[in-house]
Amino acid sequence: MKKEDLPQDPSALVGVTREVCYVKDKDGKYTSDLSIGWDVKKQALDNAWEDINERITEAAAKVKSGEISPVFYFMEKKLMDLPLLSGYTGFWQWTIKRHFKPSVFKSLSQSRLQTYAKAFDISVDELKNFNG
Amino acid sequence: MDKLILPYNHIQTAHCENGVATGLLKHHGLEFMTEPLMFGLGSGIFYIHIPFLMVNGGPAVSYRSMPGWIFSRASKLLGIKVNRRKFNSEKEAYDYLNKQIQLGNPVGCQVGVYNLPYFPAEYRFHFNAHNLVVYGKENGSYLVSDPVMETVTTLTEEDMLKVRFAKGPLAPKGHVYYPENIKPVSKEQLQKAIYKAIHRSAFDMLSIPGPIAGVDGINYTARQIRKWRDKLGPRKAGLYLGQIVRMQEEIGTGGGGFRFLYAAFLEQASEITGNQKLLTLSDEFTKAGDLWRASAINMGRIFKGRLNEQKDFLECADMLDNIAAIERAAFKELRKIKP
Repeated sequence: MKKEDLPQDPSALVGVTREVCYVKDKDGKYTSDLSIGWDVKKQALDNAWEDINERITEAAAKVKSGEISPVFYFMEKKLMDLPLLSGYTGFWQWTIKRHFKPSVFKSLSQSRLQTYAKAFDISVDELKNFNG
Repeated sequence: MDKLILPYNHIQTAHCENGVATGLLKHHGLEFMTEPLMFGLGSGIFYIHIPFLMVNGGPAVSYRSMPGWIFSRASKLLGIKVNRRKFNSEKEAYDYLNKQIQLGNPVGCQVGVYNLPYFPAEYRFHFNAHNLVVYGKENGSYLVSDPVMETVTTLTEEDMLKVRFAKGPLAPKGHVYYPENIKPVSKEQLQKAIYKAIHRSAFDMLSIPGPIAGVDGINYTARQIRKWRDKLGPRKAGLYLGQIVRMQEEIGTGGGGFRFLYAAFLEQASEITGNQKLLTLSDEFTKAGDLWRASAINMGRIFKGRLNEQKDFLECADMLDNIAAIERAAFKELRKIKP
């Protein structure tokens, strides 16, 4: 890539940092230059977020209709998956899956709720009272 | 410890691990070190597509070797030891970092980016192999040189513990590291290291058994792309392509899936060794990088929703096969390269 071809498309980096890219100067030698973003990858990132937000909205609707517990919703909201949530809570993945059931969630002990709340960085009340 | 600022020069680089490693070696007197040289000596260039594993709900592809390997491999070739510590206890990890600062030793820290406050919100995923340098403490906050940032920054004690003890895949466990036993590097030693590192990369890209790693891995991804539209539906298949583009081009890669960075390394390697062949091969990696960029643009047409036929996916796959052929030929030349 030539230095003059380095894209400068505003992206989420604006106001925070610019990224180093390796480009060729006019003598054909490598140098580094700073870019504020590239439209192609901005679109890829935007799409990924659109997908995440859809999943969060779906999860909220499922909590509302009583299909699934708030644990599932907050897992999606905090961009986690089962292995990650298992890492943060110390619970087995199948245990967490059980806690996705609203009936099981209702009977969770205070200490387990506390563990989830800490993993999600919210209060126990927020976790317990989330209803979509 | 109220205020302690160690004399560390912040450097901004494309990739965080290169940046920390380059910065720390410069700090210890190896002034000749550059990001491309570190990346090349550490045999950072790679490709792997891990089947069945999902990252953020998309395919797990990587254009570089395992986190931590670049610094370790480069150091080994230069006769340097990397002292690494991981911790089970947060208290121990906290004390150890403070002690290193008090000893006047700037250190590298592995952190998760999800809770990194100075990162843009859109980039804060649960990625646990980010690296930064801690070079002091002031008003209860750590002074941080993060190589992807233009300027230095700070982290509170609480935030630092959070990011050092992020959980999940590649959990840092408070990982702190710094180089030891640093002696001046002679020109002959550096030349020898360059050839060794190049042969190492050629091995990684050509000779790892199985279809998923090295140049074969690029062909593997191409084969998967041909199936995605039928298997996943057009929308999800488009998201998968988006994930490939992000792994390839996002901040930290230097553009073109690290291929421009490797081309820059070969250019410097040619200057240091006087081997003209390396300069010619540098051009091949520039070409590969340009084609990776073209492939990203092509994939972009699909995930932007402008194109969405099976033939468009086939075209993406063909482009990857073409890149694989170019890289295969270039690495075969590199494998044969002699002083």
